[in-house]
Amino acid sequence: MTTPHPGEPRPTPDPLIETSLQELPTTQLPPQEGEPAGRSRKRLDLPDADWRRVSRKLIAVEFISEGAMIAIVTAAAVFAALVWEWTWIWWPFAAFALVAIISAAFIPRRIRSIGYQLRADDLLFRRGIMWQRFVAVPYGRMQLVDINRGPLSRAFGLADLKFVTASASTGVVINGLPEAEAEGLRDHLVAVAESRRTGL
Amino acid sequence: MSDQQPGPPGAQPPHVPSEPVAPQRAVPPAFEIPAAGPRAQPPTEAIVPRVAGQSLVDGQWHRLHPATPLLRGGIAFVAILGIVIANLRERLIELFIPSPGMEAPSDPIDYILNHGFVGWALLAIAGGLIVIIAIFWLSWRMHTFRVTDEAVEVRSGVLFRTNRKAKLDRIQGVSIEKPLLARLIGASRINVSVAGQDANVKLEYLFAVDADGLRQDVLTLASGVKLAERQQAAPAVNPGDSSTVEPAGRDAGSNVSRFVTDRVDDFISPELDPQAAPPESVVRLTLGRLIGSTVLSPFTGIVLVSVIAGVILLANGIDWAWFWLVPMVLSLGAFLWSSVTKSLRYSIAATPSGVRVGFGLFSTTNDTIPPGRIHAIEVSQPIIWRPFGWWKVRINKAGLSLEQAARGASNNTVLPVGSLVDAAQVVELMLSGRIDGSAWAPLQSALSTRDGIGFVGSPRRSKWINWFSWRRTGYALRDGLLLFRQGVIWRKLHILPLARLQSIRIDQGPLLRALDLASATAHTVPGPVIAKLPAMARDESVRLFDAASAAIVVAQSSDRSHRWASFDPAHSPSSAQVTAPYLGEPAEQGSGPREGEGTIR
Repeated sequence: MTTPHPGEPRPTPDPLIETSLQELPTTQLPPQEGEPAGRSRKRLDLPDADWRRVSRKLIAVEFISEGAMIAIVTAAAVFAALVWEWTWIWWPFAAFALVAIISAAFIPRRIRSIGYQLRADDLLFRRGIMWQRFVAVPYGRMQLVDINRGPLSRAFGLADLKFVTASASTGVVINGLPEAEAEGLRDHLVAVAESRRTGL
Repeated sequence: MSDQQPGPPGAQPPHVPSEPVAPQRAVPPAFEIPAAGPRAQPPTEAIVPRVAGQSLVDGQWHRLHPATPLLRGGIAFVAILGIVIANLRERLIELFIPSPGMEAPSDPIDYILNHGFVGWALLAIAGGLIVIIAIFWLSWRMHTFRVTDEAVEVRSGVLFRTNRKAKLDRIQGVSIEKPLLARLIGASRINVSVAGQDANVKLEYLFAVDADGLRQDVLTLASGVKLAERQQAAPAVNPGDSSTVEPAGRDAGSNVSRFVTDRVDDFISPELDPQAAPPESVVRLTLGRLIGSTVLSPFTGIVLVSVIAGVILLANGIDWAWFWLVPMVLSLGAFLWSSVTKSLRYSIAATPSGVRVGFGLFSTTNDTIPPGRIHAIEVSQPIIWRPFGWWKVRINKAGLSLEQAARGASNNTVLPVGSLVDAAQVVELMLSGRIDGSAWAPLQSALSTRDGIGFVGSPRRSKWINWFSWRRTGYALRDGLLLFRQGVIWRKLHILPLARLQSIRIDQGPLLRALDLASATAHTVPGPVIAKLPAMARDESVRLFDAASAAIVVAQSSDRSHRWASFDPAHSPSSAQVTAPYLGEPAEQGSGPREGEGTIR
């Protein structure tokens, strides 16, 4: 396959992008319907971005890990209260439980907020609802791509993809991609990065 | 290839007798795994002894300065000596002030003295010394380096062999460091920095007279000029080639008096070789300004407040304040001394291989940064410097290791203190490698006026975030550069070449959302410059995000600075002209060796 030289203007749409995008299994959620009424119009948003969402199974993964954490802390608190008779432990525990339950309530929304888009020359990434974050990384800046699978994610057939650049603060981590999509995306990113490589 | 069997080079393979060998050797294969065998290095690669005045860049292996093991192990040696002396201290005191009452516990020295083993002990010490010297000699023998057309390579280690190779087009800068001890001996250390944690290739130590020429040659090669071309072009293009730098008759290293004269010269004369670089620094740093700027730094402010607090405590009869006061005064003194001696011989100048920045009175470093290796520039001024009109310039460059950053050994400050004219000249050097007077007006407007011309400011409502500086917070995107300006108490201008940006981010928290604002961050390689604009209008931030992410791609696809001097007709500067049409700025000039980074207007 002939890859265009980095300096040459690439045809748009880029054949490399088009083909490998079609090869990627399409498991994304249907695009989100328009902004619900009452949401702040002051929200940060990119108007013409077409986001690919991560798998819905990530919601289950997050619920289980959140639930496991709550269970462990509850067990510890009950142990402390009953065995050591630390009755005051209920106060911090109540605060913890409140925060954990609120955080759990927002899990589906938070995961729906994760999105990425493969543009012609760069990767767009977003996440967060309260603290929103949008990052654009040119493919040519890629130093390496990591795919991580935790035990729980593996049980659900998910993987996390991390896009590493020379900057420590880029921080593009796409959680909860189906394994096939993660691997396809990794190969695609490596290929497009190779065709756009420049100096550091 | 027909050489499927390992054998001596040039040996005719028996199974293909009719095929001539020579034409095959003329065409190098794209990639070839070396023939299997116990030796990693072919036996033909001899190690060439050093000949004074001859270039070390010839693709051959060379050895380092003979004092290398001593200098490298010097600190450990001193530490061991210190431990021995500390242990013998009691004994020495005992020797001069005998205390009959106390019976010293028996220790090895007593044992030796009492049993008449002095001769054996001395023999053991002598044997130990011989072993140490033998190890030193062996490690010097095994430590070799070479510079080829493609890479700088170092082999070292006796038992555990290390071979490190840095590709020339990945070089981020070459610095020459002369710690005080090495400088007395006439040795210096070359540090070829490559991006990555602890990825630098160190040639320590070389003869100081060779170091400048070697650096020049390495950078010339790295620029994409091939070795053969370089040798042809050497008399015309490269006046700093080591063969012309070396005065004849300097090779008489055995002559002690000459050695001493050389050392003394090194301390008295300018550190840079007058032929290897333009001798005059672009910016002069006067002693008064240096001391003034060091004294008037935030650090001294903090220390002064602590000292005053300590004095007040003492005056109130609280004696333990001494424990507070004394370290504070000492640290202040150490800080002043080290910053002044470090910056005293500051110099900056343009060379064909990049910008050269020199520092240091006793231990010197000077760093050559090739074009296109600057990832961010910051021009800043604390409020205390404002009456004097002083500015400081710092940069981000790749190859800074965390360990270096922690001990403050990085040379990220390229102008410790200077007027705005000086700062503008340094910025021009950093951006385009030459001084063309293009940066002063934009710097002046961005830094010294309330509403920077050409900057997209932030709205009045952002004063809830930036109480004083909201008027001065803004960005500009033009000529392949992203500019952030901010700060009233600490005025700052960040200059980010788009061709070097890693990524760009906008974010919004609840507070910013309530005010319809957002913040923007430009990500570069790690360093002292952190480019973040804390608050700007939300729609403006989206516009910046779109424009900058598109401009980064354009700038990077035409960036050729990793081989900055190699001429490639397909990517001539005119076709690779990068501007940012996104803000409606007209395309203009800026063609040079570093298209994509341009100049600020």
